[in-house]
Amino acid sequence: MEFKQWDGFNKAGEWTKEIDVRGFIQSNYTPYEGDSKFLTGATDKTKKLWDKVLELYKKERENGGVLDVDCKTPSSINAYEAGYIDKDLEEIVGLQTDAPLKRAIMPNGGIRIVEKSAESYGYKVDPETEYIYHNLRKTHNDGVFQVYTPDIRAARSSHLLTGLPDGYGRGRIIGDYRRVALYGVDALIAEKRTELEILDTDEFTEDIIRKREEIADQIKALNDLKAMALKYGFDISVPASNAKEAIQWLYFGYLGAVKDQNGAAMSLGRTSTFLDIYIERDIQNGILTEEQAQELMDHFVMKLRLVRFLRAPEYNSLFSGDPVWVTESIGGMGIDGRTLVTKNSFRMLHTLDTLGPAPEPNLTVLWSNNLPEEFKKYCADISIRTSSIQYENDDLMRITLGDDYGIACCVSAMRIGKQMQFFGARANLAKTLLYAINGGRDENSGKQVAPKFAPITSEYLDYDEVMEKFDVMMDYVAKIYIKALNAIHFMHDKYSYEALEMALHDRDEDILRTMACGIAGLSVAADSLSAIKYAKVKVIRDETGLAIDYQVEGDFPKYGNDDDRVDNIAVNIVKSFMRKLQKHHTYRNSKHTLSILTITSNVVYGKNTGNTPDGRRAGEPFGPGANPLHGRDANGALAVMNTIAKLPYEYSEDGISFTFSITPAALGKDEDAKVNNLVSMLDGYFKQTGHHINVNVFNRELLLDAMEHPENYPQLTIRVSGYAVNFIKLTREQQLDVINRTIHERI
Amino acid sequence: MSNQNNSENQINARIHSFESFGAVDGPGIRFVVFFQGCGLRCKYCHNRDTWPTNTGMEYSAQELIAKISRYKNYFAVSDGGVTLSGGEPLLQQDFLLEFIPELKKLGIHVAIDTSGNFPLTDKIKKIIDLTDLFLLDIKCINDDICKDLVGVSNKLELEFAKYLSQINKDVWIRQVLVPGITDHKDDLLKLKEFLSTLTNVKKIEILAYHDLGRFKWENLGCNYELEDVPNATVEDVARAKKILQIN
Repeated sequence: MEFKQWDGFNKAGEWTKEIDVRGFIQSNYTPYEGDSKFLTGATDKTKKLWDKVLELYKKERENGGVLDVDCKTPSSINAYEAGYIDKDLEEIVGLQTDAPLKRAIMPNGGIRIVEKSAESYGYKVDPETEYIYHNLRKTHNDGVFQVYTPDIRAARSSHLLTGLPDGYGRGRIIGDYRRVALYGVDALIAEKRTELEILDTDEFTEDIIRKREEIADQIKALNDLKAMALKYGFDISVPASNAKEAIQWLYFGYLGAVKDQNGAAMSLGRTSTFLDIYIERDIQNGILTEEQAQELMDHFVMKLRLVRFLRAPEYNSLFSGDPVWVTESIGGMGIDGRTLVTKNSFRMLHTLDTLGPAPEPNLTVLWSNNLPEEFKKYCADISIRTSSIQYENDDLMRITLGDDYGIACCVSAMRIGKQMQFFGARANLAKTLLYAINGGRDENSGKQVAPKFAPITSEYLDYDEVMEKFDVMMDYVAKIYIKALNAIHFMHDKYSYEALEMALHDRDEDILRTMACGIAGLSVAADSLSAIKYAKVKVIRDETGLAIDYQVEGDFPKYGNDDDRVDNIAVNIVKSFMRKLQKHHTYRNSKHTLSILTITSNVVYGKNTGNTPDGRRAGEPFGPGANPLHGRDANGALAVMNTIAKLPYEYSEDGISFTFSITPAALGKDEDAKVNNLVSMLDGYFKQTGHHINVNVFNRELLLDAMEHPENYPQLTIRVSGYAVNFIKLTREQQLDVINRTIHERI
Repeated sequence: MSNQNNSENQINARIHSFESFGAVDGPGIRFVVFFQGCGLRCKYCHNRDTWPTNTGMEYSAQELIAKISRYKNYFAVSDGGVTLSGGEPLLQQDFLLEFIPELKKLGIHVAIDTSGNFPLTDKIKKIIDLTDLFLLDIKCINDDICKDLVGVSNKLELEFAKYLSQINKDVWIRQVLVPGITDHKDDLLKLKEFLSTLTNVKKIEILAYHDLGRFKWENLGCNYELEDVPNATVEDVARAKKILQIN
């Protein structure tokens, strides 16, 4: 390939001969080890435009959370006319529909969910559209429920399995949007045509036919993408020729994806350092200033902050606050030892200052002990001021994933354009334990959900007996869980295939697919087993013999205090459940992975789980992700982190999430000390092989005030499990959950 | 935790609690061990439950070392270490004489947070010698106020401070600023004068009095005497710092 748009780039390597974005980055990027002093503030244009966005946000809030919905046109890449906030001010253009914050419907996932979502905000889906999707066009949701077996349905309605993407888009697929900028769409189409030729085989099997159909859909999606961009006046069939175009092209790629899919998480990838190459080239050529570079990034980020989906109330109770997970992975180290931090890594983080804090994009710093010190300090400083950054262990992930991976959603690492996942929500292991005690009956309803087996009948729980039954019950849950996920992803591929996102991937044969399972209630299960082992737990049963409550006599080691006696129980649960999952065949031979991540669904899981043997009361939220249950940690933050760092990443490669909150005063005496302490804490945690940490620095009083006076805190952002959220958009229940969590303080 | 099988001659410590992420008690990230028991009766004490000497959890030196060494990564990256606080750690001298050398063997920086209200016995001198840094809480330079506020004279702690200076042991001076009690200008000037005679002071910290620990008094059914004393404000602290001519 040869394009004039590549003038000035180093052509070394394979990237000019085949699609190889990483090769391009490695041959062309400029590592930056300096400090943040080069950064500039928001331009007048940016300020004016951002004020308009803030005004739109306000209207959206006043309108009950949704500004407008197009109830007629099912969304697709090229479904709408061009839309603008203010055409004269926008450096980067493109909206999901023809107006900002106007939400689209995406009925391929399921028409009933769309109807319910619209109705919950006072809208009604157009009758013709309803007719089509009820009578003529089958959806993902229809397909899944046609094949679900009674045991899956029972596990689902009893909340043994919760949050399965059978009624919403699975998401967690990252298109390599950088390819659009670097190669232009025509080159990508040409590549896909070559892939089709390879699939012209003598044995025309089901597998080959499916792959050919998928590639044909991908090519169609790429053509649609070109047409969409043309409506905005851009020809993206050819590569981007400068920084502004590179950002615009890349954003168009992403925009196409969010018009095509209402995925649970629609992540961006790892784009800052890629874009830095274009910015550097323009600055060298004297056609771009630092102010203009920041302006471009600000306008890009503004667009990312405007992405919206129409979602059902059930979805919101699981994942509160309208999250999109426009996750952008920043920094990290190259396998050659050079840092991947560039000036544009700073510019991306700097948008939290130029535009103020915000939950999106979900800024994720890939932390290595070898990151430049100035960058570490800059990150820490922004964290302390905005509570908007999450950190993940690059030194850990780089071993298996190389240096061009990104985070999808919260903690799910994948090689960009070379890997995707089948998102699998999570199984409730605290409830699984209760089922083990109750012979497969649900502790709330009394219904026989799992196959009947002998319940425990003794007055006091015996550890060995409970463990034996827990093991059997986990076997059962693992089986049902994989069955459900296989059904879901088969149907999702069939009825709601992510053609554009997959078009921005390598050829199918080279893609690693993971079956991303998850667990919730780990700390509750571990504490319960610890109580049974180290204290005495008396069972209280109702007249039908159902265990409905427990009395704990004596003290017991609690998860979150760096106490091996209980932490090892948690480690063993993770290993054991993972091995059980691995026994079952997965759809498309995907690789089993596991996450310990709840997002905000720890509240819902807790709500649906009865009293547990650790003394937790029925309905109380679980700890988020891998966190201990609120108030169980008595030895400070590092003890919690030591506990969580023991959870084996090798058995939960889809991520182990820890959410940390501290008051500013407890972090250090002065600003320098706070920054240094936070940097040291991150260095230490990741050296201990911790995987992920959300950092929040705030006082409880601030949150209480924000609950009472939300209007004063339009941009107050906090990190919950795996994403950041606008605090005032959380449900009251979830706000209370956040406030009741451990906020490390020193009195 | 307490191990009942300890041999007769092994000394166990009585521990109130731990803070694994101590960011305000000495340099870097510190593992703070709060010892159980205190001989003073500071009216503003925010850890009222650390006073009794016969409660708390029992730990042997080896058990504590095992616990603490899990945090070495954090000490290394932050130039931090261990801070022995309380309560009053210097009430458990025999234990410290056994424990601190073990910490030093591991190359861990050791700070002691104390009132210094002890006669300079050989044992105390030995402990001082083993320790890297003292966080010395000067209760009040005005002895009349001191006696009323904490129940004892400041004579011993000032001698303690002088001794640390004599042997050139690093010290951070801490002064709790209690509005209307320890913030009189004359006293602060006297404090400044005293501190100017010491050659080993690396830092002076003004800790603003607050009543966040009051609930602990109430939980124990004790009367909280500073009922009517307001919390020290940022301005109060700034004023005190100005008088002491520190940042």
